[in-house]
Amino acid sequence: MVWELPVRIFHWANVLSLLVLVLTGFIIADPPALLSNAEPYNLHTFGIVRFIHFTAAYVFFFVMILRLYWAFVGNQFSSWRAFWPFSKKMWTNFRHVVKVDVLLQNEEKRNLKNLSIGHNSVATLSYIAMFLLALLQIATGFGLYADMSGWWLPKLFSWVPAFFGGDFMVRSIHHFSMWAFILFALVHVYLVFYHDWLEGRGEVSSMFGGFKFVRNERIKKSE
Amino acid sequence: MSESNEKRKTYYESIIKQGYSRRDFMKFTTYMAAFMGLKSTMVGQIAKSLETTPRLPVIWEHYQECTCCSESFIRSDHPIVADIILDKISLDYTLTLMAASGHQAEAAKNETMRKYKGEYILCVEGSIPLGDDGNYCCIAGKTAKQAFLEAAAGAKAIIAWGSCASSGCVQSAKPNPTEATPIHKILKNKPIIRVPGCPPIGEVMAGVIVHVVAFGRLPELDRQGRPKAFYSKRVHDSCYRRPYFDAGLFAETFDDKNSKEGYCLYNLGCKGPSTYNSCGTLKWNNGVSYPIQSGHGCIGCSEDKFWDNGPFYERIPKVPGFSIEASADDVGKVAAGVLAGGIAVHAVAANISKRKELAGRIKRGKSNEQNIDS
Repeated sequence: MVWELPVRIFHWANVLSLLVLVLTGFIIADPPALLSNAEPYNLHTFGIVRFIHFTAAYVFFFVMILRLYWAFVGNQFSSWRAFWPFSKKMWTNFRHVVKVDVLLQNEEKRNLKNLSIGHNSVATLSYIAMFLLALLQIATGFGLYADMSGWWLPKLFSWVPAFFGGDFMVRSIHHFSMWAFILFALVHVYLVFYHDWLEGRGEVSSMFGGFKFVRNERIKKSE
Repeated sequence: MSESNEKRKTYYESIIKQGYSRRDFMKFTTYMAAFMGLKSTMVGQIAKSLETTPRLPVIWEHYQECTCCSESFIRSDHPIVADIILDKISLDYTLTLMAASGHQAEAAKNETMRKYKGEYILCVEGSIPLGDDGNYCCIAGKTAKQAFLEAAAGAKAIIAWGSCASSGCVQSAKPNPTEATPIHKILKNKPIIRVPGCPPIGEVMAGVIVHVVAFGRLPELDRQGRPKAFYSKRVHDSCYRRPYFDAGLFAETFDDKNSKEGYCLYNLGCKGPSTYNSCGTLKWNNGVSYPIQSGHGCIGCSEDKFWDNGPFYERIPKVPGFSIEASADDVGKVAAGVLAGGIAVHAVAANISKRKELAGRIKRGKSNEQNIDS
């Protein structure tokens, strides 16, 4: 077992909430032009879109907290230690992955140890970046939301607009980081397929079932 | 001016002397309490305080500005505001409205600063240019910065009127040739009430002054130094077109049917959703109208750097440095396209580069399969 159930739940809840957030986000940023004779007395379309956006934001926020919790109680692949970027091992692996998987050079001699069981280090680093970006998204999002909310949680972020010099700036940052999520998703999905195609270890299905194909001798060592 | 030699009158005495009745005075205090968002029980306190406190001298400085703040103030809803607070009694120095001029005017200012040290209110209208030693704005032989620091030293309270004084407004827009600077960046050791807006609403200005006068201290300020009573809600949140926004009914151009129907101006770049002000509730010119009611989106004049915050008539921010009019989404789309292309190239290259490894794997897979079958 590489990805435990909470990790998988986190992953798919995250995917779903991000998808919803991006779609509704685009609608909110640039609402579709509808010419109609409608009067607003029994229409609440845009309000509903925004409601979905805010709901998905809460889902996004709370699965993030779940994942953080799991980084302390989960297995070695989901532990915060796997994400710690200041170890020598991490950076040797980083160089290897860049050489073999990004620049597509072939190795003279294959070394199994170079093949990560969990995330490889380029992936871990990108997840750290995405995590920081998610924090930014949460801070700017809740910062914009804080004034409409009566709850203390979003209100914790009411300092954000003042910090960035007004709502307008915060909106722009929120909008830009959304694009970073989209670009990340593109690369992420491609690389998952790439690894599955090349290494045949069940990279894609591992996020559904949790298992990857790993040689016997490595399993003993890792447990 | 002449009155500075007399014993200082209280506000109430001045108001009565000016020919207003007690009834007018009570109306005025009620009015002010309502503006400030106070409970009705506070009306008595305001009245009492105006009856007992001697009037505070006001020095009103004009630097890099267009005087629209003063214009807005003298058009404030209630005549007592213009008459009593501004015009006849309190204002010891203001370039625009005072009768004295030249040396006399400066003498009046110096007299006030000396005599009422620590008691007068300093109102600043306009930003202060720092470029070229501040020579872009000089009054009576002093640069704006010198004059401001001098006046600020003995001030009881400092009020930054309008976007110029509180965030720099148009003269500090890029490239800001005169280095126009808002006053809170020049004076750091004293609290400054920022009343942004281009101009701020007259009633808001009156409310702030009356608060300082009546309670002897600054009104409650938010994180950006703005009085909470007037700047805690977005224009969007009190907008009468809000139902159209919530219903998803938007005007697309200024002359379409939707616009005539009074639909929401969000798609036309209305900055109401990111602007904190009370235009939606207090309105302008004695409550007649405000921009959105006249069919034009809010331009966000009370927000910091609103001239540089992208075009007034579009929703999505423009990205500086990219082709002249690229919006954030254009940049995003191009980035996504380039990335997709890169991925495709990478996939093809991977097929070529890793063909041996792949062939080996497929071979091994096939032989494994045969082993299973047999």
